[in-house]
Amino acid sequence: MDVIGYHHEDAGQPPSLSPGYASTVARSPREALIGIPHTLTEVTGPAGVWDQLMGPSRADLTRQQKGEPLGQRIVISGRVLDEAGRPVPNTVIEIWQCNAAGRYIHRRDQWDAPLDPNFTGAGLVVTDAAGAYEFTTIKPGAYPWGNHYNAWRPAHIHLSMLGPAFATRLVTQLYFPDDPLIEIDPIANAVPLPYRQRMVARFDIASTRPNWALGYLFDIVLRGRDATPFEGARS
Amino acid sequence: MSDNQTPDLFGQTPSQTVGPFFHYGLPWKGGADLVGQSDMGARPDLIPEGHYLLNLSASKGPVAGEVIEIRGRVLDGDGQPIPDAMLEIWQANAAGRYASPDDAREDIPLDPNFIGFGRASTSADGEYRFRTIKPGRTPGPGNSLQAPHIAVGVLGRGLIKRLCTRLYFEDGEGNGDDPILALVPQTRRHTLIAQKIDGGYRFDVVLQGERETVFFDV
Repeated sequence: MDVIGYHHEDAGQPPSLSPGYASTVARSPREALIGIPHTLTEVTGPAGVWDQLMGPSRADLTRQQKGEPLGQRIVISGRVLDEAGRPVPNTVIEIWQCNAAGRYIHRRDQWDAPLDPNFTGAGLVVTDAAGAYEFTTIKPGAYPWGNHYNAWRPAHIHLSMLGPAFATRLVTQLYFPDDPLIEIDPIANAVPLPYRQRMVARFDIASTRPNWALGYLFDIVLRGRDATPFEGARS
Repeated sequence: MSDNQTPDLFGQTPSQTVGPFFHYGLPWKGGADLVGQSDMGARPDLIPEGHYLLNLSASKGPVAGEVIEIRGRVLDGDGQPIPDAMLEIWQANAAGRYASPDDAREDIPLDPNFIGFGRASTSADGEYRFRTIKPGRTPGPGNSLQAPHIAVGVLGRGLIKRLCTRLYFEDGEGNGDDPILALVPQTRRHTLIAQKIDGGYRFDVVLQGERETVFFDV
């Protein structure tokens, strides 16, 4: 059975081995990846069952605990699209981030910055028929990490997308415009310019809520589908 | 400045690592239990009281097929277990049908109680565990038939992008004719074969080194 496959990685995807990010050195394969034709396995994926799996949407990360979290309130919105610019409807986006001081609500995060009892920082949204999504949160802080001397991660929000197929799964990090830490961050820099800019959100006055929250736009682009089926007979 | 909101740079959003602190964002309770309702797969022990908000997956009716447990370890290039990794699996049901609108073969039954997607974080010892059913065979390219297999994605700290592999079964029907296994050098095929153990199968994922698991360019 021949199926229509998905595009492969483009030039903007980082290599698994990015020595500047020290943890990749012992955790990246040394053997070359083996190319395979896409089969039904790679072009299928769960759809419309997010409630049964990870549960209902949690689109406002500022209303998850008793009080309001400290920090700059922001609204992130955009669309999930394929490479042809077509919307990816009804797909799940899972979200997690640290608080305004740069501290994660995680026992392993031992950095000496305050936890905010009113901020957990985990969300979930599902795109609408036009591929659009939106969530409200607070702007995460930068934080130091042990990768090298005086290493600091730029402010970022983790975003996880499944898309329609096993082949379209993507986890990325959203960065903020004009952050001087991006260009000295080994994780962001595993992605060469200009493609790194695809992970940078844009400030947007039109989606900024008067007297409430700053707006940022962030479109997420998943791998698109080839035009014709893979023909096994010719492989 | 160009970004993904401008046509001149528009394209695939680059992959980034999940980092070490994903346990309150991704692995929901029961993510690793595809046939029952338990909290398998989650690590709420890593999150302070009141801040683990991820749901317990919905209860399911009985699932058709042979229930199996798959367990193993995720190891790095130094042979050390990885305590901050996460595995995702995707598989067909016992009849060989994917619960996806892109599998339109209506002659093969869907199982209303089986989705086929799972997620498990590794433990402090780098171990993971899934409870699922043995998948049926599915079509491969042309007229070929794939042996029963499970697509596996590996994420974690130090993995800047997902690594993709496949799990086949030691006693799986058709391993010898599987069109994807045939693309793997004979000497490395064993890294894709889960070994039968009491109650299920064992499948270690070795990210690097002598016993390095075969990863696919999916």
